[in-house]
This record gives sequence, structure tokens and C-alpha cells, in this order.
Amino acid sequence: MAIAALVRDGDTIALEGFTHLIPFAAGHEIIRQGRRRLSLVRMTPDLIYDQLIGMGCARRLVFSWGGNPGVGSLHRFRDAVEHDWPESLELEEHSHAGMANRYAAGASGLPFAVLRGYAGSDLVGETDSIRSIVCPFTGESLAAVSALNPDVAVIHAQQADASGNVQLWGICGVQKEAVLAARRTLVTVEELVERLEPRPGAVVLPAWAIDYVSVVRNGAHPSYAHGYSERDNDFYLAWDAISRDRTTFQEWMEANVLAA
Amino acid sequence: MTIAAARALRNGAVCFVGIGLPSTAANLAARLHAPELVLVYESGTLGAKPEFLPLSIGDGILAETADAVVGVVETFNYWLQPGRIDIGFLAGAQLDRFGNINTTVIGDSYDAPRVRLPGAGGAPEIAASCREVLIIMRQSPRTFVERVDFVTSVGYGSGAGDRERHGFIGAGPTMVITDVGILQPAPETRELVLTHLHPGVGLQEAKAATGWELVASAELEHTPPPTTLELSTLRELEQTKAGRSTVGVL
Repeated sequence: MAIAALVRDGDTIALEGFTHLIPFAAGHEIIRQGRRRLSLVRMTPDLIYDQLIGMGCARRLVFSWGGNPGVGSLHRFRDAVEHDWPESLELEEHSHAGMANRYAAGASGLPFAVLRGYAGSDLVGETDSIRSIVCPFTGESLAAVSALNPDVAVIHAQQADASGNVQLWGICGVQKEAVLAARRTLVTVEELVERLEPRPGAVVLPAWAIDYVSVVRNGAHPSYAHGYSERDNDFYLAWDAISRDRTTFQEWMEANVLAA
Repeated sequence: MTIAAARALRNGAVCFVGIGLPSTAANLAARLHAPELVLVYESGTLGAKPEFLPLSIGDGILAETADAVVGVVETFNYWLQPGRIDIGFLAGAQLDRFGNINTTVIGDSYDAPRVRLPGAGGAPEIAASCREVLIIMRQSPRTFVERVDFVTSVGYGSGAGDRERHGFIGAGPTMVITDVGILQPAPETRELVLTHLHPGVGLQEAKAATGWELVASAELEHTPPPTTLELSTLRELEQTKAGRSTVGVL
């Protein structure tokens, strides 16, 4: 399917979705296809990147918060950083404000973004894509972060129409920026509809800004699609025990992702 | 600790809320003395009014009950950065005597950490740009340390004058609420000093729970004990965590 056409070994890919609308099904397909040496970009790596990292798909992680929200650690992420298992993982670490602005710069065709951020934080010394810049108007020193332009962005949305226009609503995160910043894009959707009804706060992406649209019902599970499903909080809680142990993790992935 | 934090939130304040204790405290305050508290979650839900405690900052209930749902770029650039948020609520794995927070790594080396923590999230800019910051953390010599292993988010840096040097628009941490009591910055040095003890906690206990030479304020007080209403409201709220009461798990 679309993943085979879009994602190659060594690519920089962003699967975005801020807690809501995380493209799990697409991530699982990347794992099944055995992609390697990926640079994974995501503000909140969440369980899907924990799975990609634990399955040895990743060489590098670009992120701002790597935990299991409300539960605790991402154990596969920690194991990779702390013990190089299954292999070492390079980090490029930011704050949320920095990551969001990097996507916005990428979407805008600019080489960098400017923000008030990072001052006094030790992140500045560890992350090369954080620099400082002097405002040419006021002389004030501000943070500059380099643009993010992933090879591939994948997002999940509620609906597409017959022409391939896409609409998502509820918590929309940085999906619009991620899609517009990327060179190649895939949107998985809950369903195809005759026409997209306007909804408050929705993001609409026209067909010509997207390369592939694919219908994957429940494609965000255990995340959710507002109006279609609820976040599977029980699964997020259960992931802690599944992912803590390498063997349990591998068996779970074998049974639930590779064999699926 | 949660009740003490809830009491610190004044009615009508706009509060940037993280998940866990901050979210519980803010939701508790909204059900007690602060019905007009505005809860902003970093998922872009402005003015969320969840009827149960969400598990994550992106639970659907937050979007359904919000005044507005905006993207993450807008949340940080338009709402946080210019100083529109009154109170930022933070926690961390380590805190030092100047209120600097570590949520990145435990150990001497960033590249080979003993424990890899989740990272910064929204915290560095929340710490810089909210008008004031409340920190809520359990207090122990392991977590309240002389120097944090990694400064993720700045409190008062190395002391008085540092926030001004960095150009931060917010005042910094005005209160650290723990299971022992409350610490507040000394006006002149910005070092955190003990200003309140919770009922039943002694000064020696507080000092033993701190990794630096903790100074107690000359006007050290006790926090008033929780009222029956505060306790029952907190208990009710916790029973609804992540909407589990709605599916009958609890």
C-alpha cells in the first residue's frame, strides 16, 4: 500500500497527532515492512514510536516529550537510550514550543523559526538545531530553531471526500504543519464521505496538498478519532507492563502487529 | 499536597495545566473556590471543563468542553509566549534550591544517562512565560537536590537577577507545594525557603526530606488541615480518573 511507495530505509519520517489521531495503523505497516535506520520525528513519541524503536526501525529520534501520557515511561525508548537495545538511538531533543515552531518554519518554506525559548536550559548545549539570533529591530536575543522538513509525514484524519480533500477536527496538534512541511504525505482516514461538512475548529487539507489518502477505519487505535472512537486509556495503562520486558514486548508485537 | 495546590489557584486565573497532580489540583480548585478558573492544556484546549479527570492532556473530554481548540503552534506562540497565562503548573524528577527543574536525564552524562526521563515537553517555555509558576512535587533528598543533573526548565537559575538576565517575562516559581509543606523564594536571594508545614509534619522531617541545607522562614506557619468538603471533593474526583467511573471500572 501507500507506505511501501512512500517510506524508504533511512528516511526522516513524522507520524504526527497530539495524543489524538495518532496514525498507529500506518506505523504498524512501517514495522511490518521492516524499514530500518529511520529518523523518527514526533513531538510526543507515544506508544507508536516506542514500538518502532523497540522493533529496531529507528536510528534517530527528534522529539520534545517521550513518555506514556499519565502512565509513566516509554520503556522501549528508555532501553534504547540507556542500554542501546535493540540498537543505539541518537537524540535530537527540543521543547514543544521549539518543535512546533520547527514544523511551522518547514511548512512556511523558511530555514528557521524564531521564538522566546530555551533560555537558561541545558538543552541548548545538547541540541545543535537550537541557536540564538539577535532581533534586527530591537537587538533582543531570541532562540532560533532550524526548520523541519521530513521526507514523509503521515497523519490520521476523520474524513476524506471523493476528491481526496481531508478534514480533521478535535485536537489538531501540529498535523497541518507536519503535512505542509513534508516532501511526501499520507493521510489515513476513518471514512470516505460524499462531502465534507464544515465543523468548528476543523483543519481542512486540500487534495492537492496530499500525496496519498487511505481509508483505515480505527487507524488511530489505541489513540482515538474524535466523533468516531474513544481513547483506549486501558491499553495505554496496559502498555506499561507489555513494554517493560524485552521478551514480552517482542511476543506482543509478533502476535498483534507482525501477524496482523 | 493536592489540596494545598488547589488552594493556591485563585478564581478567574488562567492556568496552564499538565497531567497528573497539576490537573487534579486544578480540577479540584474549579469544583471548590474557583469555579471560573480557566484550564488550558497544552493539547490546545483553551478553557476545558472536564467532568472527569482525563488520563492524558489530549483526552476527548477536553476538546468537547473547551471554549476553543487551537493547534499546538498557536497554543505556544499566541497564548503562552506573550504572557497571556497567569499560572503555569509544573512538576519534575529533580528540583534544586533555586527552583530549577530537571525532567531530562538522571546521571552525570546526557549521552549515557542512568535514567532517561521523558524530556522537556512544554515546560521550559511555561517556566519562562507564565506570569507565575507553581511547582508540585513529592519532597525527598533524592528529588530536592543541591544541583539538578540537568536544567530542563529554569526557576531562578543561579539566584537573584538571573531571570531578568534571560529576559523572561514571568516571575518564576512563587510556590513549591510538596507532601511536607510549602517552599517559597526568599525575596532577596531567590533561594527556596520553607514557609509552611502541613499538619503533623515537623521541621526536622522537612529538613531531612531536602538534599540541601533547608532554611525555614522566620514566620513558618502550618497549612490549615483539609476540610471535609475538600477531602470528599478530591475523593470523588479521583474516582472518576480517565472516565473510568463511566464504564464502571471503579
